[in-house]
Amino acid sequence: MNTLLKLVVQRVALGILLLFAASILIFVGTNILPGDVAQAVLGQSATPQALANLRAELGLDQPAYIRYFEWLAGVLHGDLGKSLTNGQDIAAAIGQRLSNTLFLAAVSAIIAVPLAITLGLIAVRYRDRWPDKVISAVTLASVSVPEFLLGYILMYFLAVQFHIAPSVSTIYPGMSFWAKLHAITLPVIVLVLVVQGQMMRMTRAAVLNLMQSAYIETAELKGLRPFLIIARHAFPNAISPVINVVMINLAYLVVGIVVTEVVFVYPGMGQYLVDHVSKRDVPVVQACGLIFAAVYIGLNMLADVISILANPRLRHPK
Amino acid sequence: MNDELRYLAARAATGGLSRRAFLGRAAALGVTTIAAGTMLSDAARAAEPKKGGSLTMGLGGGNSTDTLDPALAASQVPFVYLMTAGDRLTDVGPKNEIVMNLAEEVSSDKEAKTWTFKIRKGVKFHNGKDLTPDDVHKTMLRHSDKDSKSGALGIMKGIESMKVDGDNFVVTLHSPNADLPFLMADYHLIIQPNGGMDKPDAGIFTGPYKIDNFEPGVRITFSKNKDYWNEKVGHYDNIVMLVINDATARNAALQSGQVQMVNSVDPKTANLLKRVAKNVDVTAASGRGFYCFNMFCDTKPFENNDLRMALKLAIDREELVKKILAGYGSVGNDMPVNKAYPLFPTDIPQRSYDPDKAKHHFKKSGHDGPITLLTADGAFAGAVDAAQLFQQSAAKAGITIDVKRQPNDGYWTDVWNKKPFSASYWGGRPTQDQMYSTAYISSADWNDTRFKDPKFDKIIVEARGELDKSKREQLYHEAGMMMRDQGGLINPMFNQFVNAHDKSKVAGWFEYPNQDLMNGLAGVLCWQA
Repeated sequence: MNTLLKLVVQRVALGILLLFAASILIFVGTNILPGDVAQAVLGQSATPQALANLRAELGLDQPAYIRYFEWLAGVLHGDLGKSLTNGQDIAAAIGQRLSNTLFLAAVSAIIAVPLAITLGLIAVRYRDRWPDKVISAVTLASVSVPEFLLGYILMYFLAVQFHIAPSVSTIYPGMSFWAKLHAITLPVIVLVLVVQGQMMRMTRAAVLNLMQSAYIETAELKGLRPFLIIARHAFPNAISPVINVVMINLAYLVVGIVVTEVVFVYPGMGQYLVDHVSKRDVPVVQACGLIFAAVYIGLNMLADVISILANPRLRHPK
Repeated sequence: MNDELRYLAARAATGGLSRRAFLGRAAALGVTTIAAGTMLSDAARAAEPKKGGSLTMGLGGGNSTDTLDPALAASQVPFVYLMTAGDRLTDVGPKNEIVMNLAEEVSSDKEAKTWTFKIRKGVKFHNGKDLTPDDVHKTMLRHSDKDSKSGALGIMKGIESMKVDGDNFVVTLHSPNADLPFLMADYHLIIQPNGGMDKPDAGIFTGPYKIDNFEPGVRITFSKNKDYWNEKVGHYDNIVMLVINDATARNAALQSGQVQMVNSVDPKTANLLKRVAKNVDVTAASGRGFYCFNMFCDTKPFENNDLRMALKLAIDREELVKKILAGYGSVGNDMPVNKAYPLFPTDIPQRSYDPDKAKHHFKKSGHDGPITLLTADGAFAGAVDAAQLFQQSAAKAGITIDVKRQPNDGYWTDVWNKKPFSASYWGGRPTQDQMYSTAYISSADWNDTRFKDPKFDKIIVEARGELDKSKREQLYHEAGMMMRDQGGLINPMFNQFVNAHDKSKVAGWFEYPNQDLMNGLAGVLCWQA
């Protein structure tokens, strides 16, 4: 158990280190963007005096490394700074957007992950027979269609033709939980379809790999029911690769769905980031970048830890 | 029933036109008196506004960086929410007339140099405070501060001094300007308590609707201002504006009934929308924005007026309106103004595509060889295609145009107003004087055609200070003719604001040119059907 704890602590420490590296990259990246922030804020007709004033106010007259550490100190104290364009406190504004994004991601994941794994297992059970072929064809097709097109198709049938679900998924504070769930019906369907394929394929491949093993053959000879063999005996040993793919898809649900957000007008992080990039609102871009990096690193770390827990062999590296 | 008649009937029913005048106009359009009378009573019934209900609008052009500070508003959604929640001193009405708003009366001295606005009494801000002339004064001071980032700063530059005199707000100008009441209708100049000096983005105004929730780039909700001074407007109890930046999503929201009104319908899909959705009315309001090609009048070979004329005659305007604007636009006449402007000279003949005449002028200019035209998609939507269409129509007149496509990045800093022949656009200004003064007089900061003619400058200054309407019209006629025949502007088309609403749910929509969504007042003027 001690070795296990040590391994987990190691992973977490590594994750934090990685996050620091990412913060440096984000800071450098936003600083080498062409154009000066003060110029971007004040526009073309800015006077040199106004530019100098604003630069001093933003601390742009100081060397980059000092600004980096000041920014970092702020972030560690939970102070993400103020937006340049509308002066709002970034932490407060992002809080709302982030919780929206997490809500959509969570609902999609709760449906998508069990569904994908179950479909994967069914595909293995009926390998090369029609259920396997149908599942593969449908999931591959839904992965291959671009999300926005999938969104428009669903919108046309479910919202415009049959009025089953709203085409605009705007949610806001004060809406009841069920109203929110109803509002996000269409984006959830799109996201479930989009992330389905990879997770299902990975489950199928990983489990199929094990189906040739001697212990599976033993289980078959014992006369166990085929689905029980797959779910009870094969799947737990295939969990490591599946968990990795699941986490990558979860991370995608948080950081990569800006197109879906735009199509369904969902007030999440993606749209917020894009709006501020176009206005060169650097503090907001940095804050969003850091949060996205933290989500990616955090989920990957979680995948590592679960893999280690699920697979004793990983605990004893050769 | 045609649109003009319907408009007239609605105007007559709401008292904008007398019954007698309506019957006369209807007769002129070939309608019998009895039919016209029936029409009028129908319109009167339909025009009786219903109070209550709520309106949801789906709007493009919003951003999570939007603010409630009127000084900083620059895109469509801020324009609409500010017009809904705030009041200006004046408004420009559907027929380009001045409509009094927070100012009850406007008068000026004989020179049009000192203007007096009598401020309405008994008006309350959304926070319960009474409106005073001092609030108006402070608002104007905030927008005219040299370091202000206000979008109205250019308008305020002409003001020498301002003061409060009893119930009046008095403005003294540097030089006479008969257009001041029009300039005061600018949507940035919304009156705020203490001029918004304490908290510019507080969202406290005097308009017919109060802002309840403001989530920039997502959703803005309003409720009716029960204390509003004008009972004839503001019929809905609640208004919700959803920011929907994706054009397809906007159309779908309207078709599925989630919203009852949308702006910025893509011209390419407007006809399709009309066909598939029977309950949807697609409307187009002429605006002042135009898509153009600029020639420098002081640079070879464009310093030759025959060459400029050849190019003006070699562009097929009808084709551009049809193909680039999908018909949602009108042809330009090489002037930066159109009938959406007050005092527009309507009697100037329209220039059309004439390859033979173009050939004649081209020969006369003595120029030989290709002419380079710079364009980029960022210049205006479809600018590259428009340049290629221009190239083809000019080829038929024997003129070779070399279309050079430029990157969007840096187009406005490196190409526009720097290179002698390029594609561009203007969003228009509230008055002819503003438009000409911004870009076409010798001393203009943005003289992007390098048109410098002292005679033209003199006409513009004279027209600005002229209070006699017919004399002014005459002066603008002269200015327009000079622009059209000597200027460096090739203006083939004005675009339109294409909106759509669900006519089974929304009533009271009428043609209100110049701006998006009935000058931003659609929520204030329409009611539940």
